[in-house]
Amino acid sequence: MRFLLVEDNRQLAKALCERFALDGHVVDRAHDLTSAQTSIRTVAYDLILLDIMLPDGDGRDFLKTHRNRQGKTPIIVLTARSEISDRISVLDLGADDYIIKPFDFAELEARCRAVLRRQGGSGNNEKKFADIIFDSNKGTLCFGEHVEDLRNRELRLLEVFFSSPNQIFAKTYLMDRLFSFAEDVSENAIEVYVGRVRKKLAGSGAKIETVRGIGYRMVQN
Amino acid sequence: MELGQKRRSIRWRLVIQLSIIAAVMSLAFFLAVRAVAEQAAADTQDDILAASATSIADALYSERGEVRLELPYSALSMLGTISEDQVFYRIVANDVTLTGYDDLAIPAAQDHSRTPVFSTTTYRGAEVRTVAMSRAVSTGNLAQDVTVVVAQTRLGLAATSSRITSSATAVAVGFFLVATLLSLFAAQSAVTPLNRLTKSVTRRGPNDLRPVVSEIPSELVPLVDALNGFLARLRASLTRSEEFIVEAAHRIRTPLATVRTQAEVVYRQMEKPKNKRSVREMIRAVDESSRSAGQLLEHAMVSLRTDQLDTQEIDLVDLMGDICERVRPTCDLKDIHLNLDLCAQPAKILGDPILLQSAVHNILDNAIKYSPADSTITLSLEKGDSYRMTFSDQGRGFGGADPANLVHRFTRGANVSDIIGSGLGLTIADEVVRAHNGYLEIKQNKEGIGACVSLVLPVS
Repeated sequence: MRFLLVEDNRQLAKALCERFALDGHVVDRAHDLTSAQTSIRTVAYDLILLDIMLPDGDGRDFLKTHRNRQGKTPIIVLTARSEISDRISVLDLGADDYIIKPFDFAELEARCRAVLRRQGGSGNNEKKFADIIFDSNKGTLCFGEHVEDLRNRELRLLEVFFSSPNQIFAKTYLMDRLFSFAEDVSENAIEVYVGRVRKKLAGSGAKIETVRGIGYRMVQN
Repeated sequence: MELGQKRRSIRWRLVIQLSIIAAVMSLAFFLAVRAVAEQAAADTQDDILAASATSIADALYSERGEVRLELPYSALSMLGTISEDQVFYRIVANDVTLTGYDDLAIPAAQDHSRTPVFSTTTYRGAEVRTVAMSRAVSTGNLAQDVTVVVAQTRLGLAATSSRITSSATAVAVGFFLVATLLSLFAAQSAVTPLNRLTKSVTRRGPNDLRPVVSEIPSELVPLVDALNGFLARLRASLTRSEEFIVEAAHRIRTPLATVRTQAEVVYRQMEKPKNKRSVREMIRAVDESSRSAGQLLEHAMVSLRTDQLDTQEIDLVDLMGDICERVRPTCDLKDIHLNLDLCAQPAKILGDPILLQSAVHNILDNAIKYSPADSTITLSLEKGDSYRMTFSDQGRGFGGADPANLVHRFTRGANVSDIIGSGLGLTIADEVVRAHNGYLEIKQNKEGIGACVSLVLPVS
């Protein structure tokens, strides 16, 4: 997955890129419309994150030209404007979604995921481990003749395990990935979701193993 | 009320003024016609009386020194041509009544005048018109003055005069009525451009601040110019405040976004639970302040718009569907299932789409916020006498707080201090539905857990 972030506030852009990098996404930065135009001409991005107020113009104009040129890359608008009419107008102009600053990164991720899923996805979302094919875009787990649909939290948990099989992930790390800052949950809450994922993996060539006192890891049977 | 009494319509003022003029003119017309006609009738009588007297005088002759008279029949019959009035006559020679009614008074006239003298007197209880005429009749060596007096009652004249009066009255009344009717039309056409101007201004939506360009008579040009000037100033002022809000929001939200994202990065890299807790509190504070700012701005917008709704035809099914699509990613994060139970046919109402979106979004946002993970939020739209949009969740409900109080500003449930909120969501929804003549219904769920909020809007 390769994203383009068009945002003139350099600190925010930097922080967002760092945040994306933590989850293993590659994000290119553009600080104005001109460099954004150059970037989309040279690289095929999977998704564009677009700010509205930019030093050399209005992000909505970029949106319009992009759609007029039959640009297929989905766009999520990052807006600091709170007027509902503004938000509706970006959707009318062809944005796939919008998110209001400041936002919960998990929500941005969820919106990106939803937009990419609507887009149909480009087969490179599949990850393989043992006899399992995990498609994070479709939210499915396949092994043998078996296809399991995953709920959102199961999917996000599996994303972590599939990103680095055999690696031990601490409970707190997994919790940070699954729960929002608004939720006060105990460490045991993660066990519920690990339990569910184990059920879905039953019969496959992989399993989630508890490493006592540390966390969990995905290993081959 | 006082203002209402002072408000007099230009149209009625014009009608009343024109009617008064018409009445005065009708009266003048009536008086003039009557005076002329009566004068003409009186002159006719006088002429015939004079002719009668003259023909009597012409019939005087002298015989053996005495004045004699062969009263010509025509002299009296000609008086009968104008009416059936009684005729009296008296011929006096040297103060001796020659013939006729000797009590008929002789008008005090200059004896030597040869011109007829007219007077109006009373004779035998009736008003009479009298003509007296002197004639010298030669009786041999000296001429004798003979006075011929002819009188006629005026009943015929009175009848003629009353006939003339009634037709003059009829004509005057007719004239007045026609003039009043025409003044109504005139007043109507005089205020038509005003009405057109009023319509073109009142028909506008609340956001239409374009200058008025309807065709207007020159008298209204200063008013319309003033109105357009006012509109331009209002537009400029609104644009300024809108720009200010947008700019303010941008300037507050962008740094908050930076803080929040950086805090998240730091949080992920931290090891010590104590430090993590602190950063977590920081992130929550950012969320709280941005949410409050957002809700306050939204509440301000809603209050502004509810004064003048920008009404359009909206399909509530589409509206709810769109908002569900919009919040689905947020629901997914908590594995919340959205259960939509919408009626199949379109539910069209006239309303302000921005406001209704805001109301529905706020209610749904609350439901998601207070719902636990792996729960279901049921949205239904029923059509009865009115449209009822119901949102029921499996959250914590209101913890004994009186649901009716929750629509008040900054009032929140008794059990939600751990969840970020501004206490404005239900207030916004309540103001929106009330502006659409609907109402908000808040209660605990039937199953005992969770909240159930209904937006009820009349079918328009």
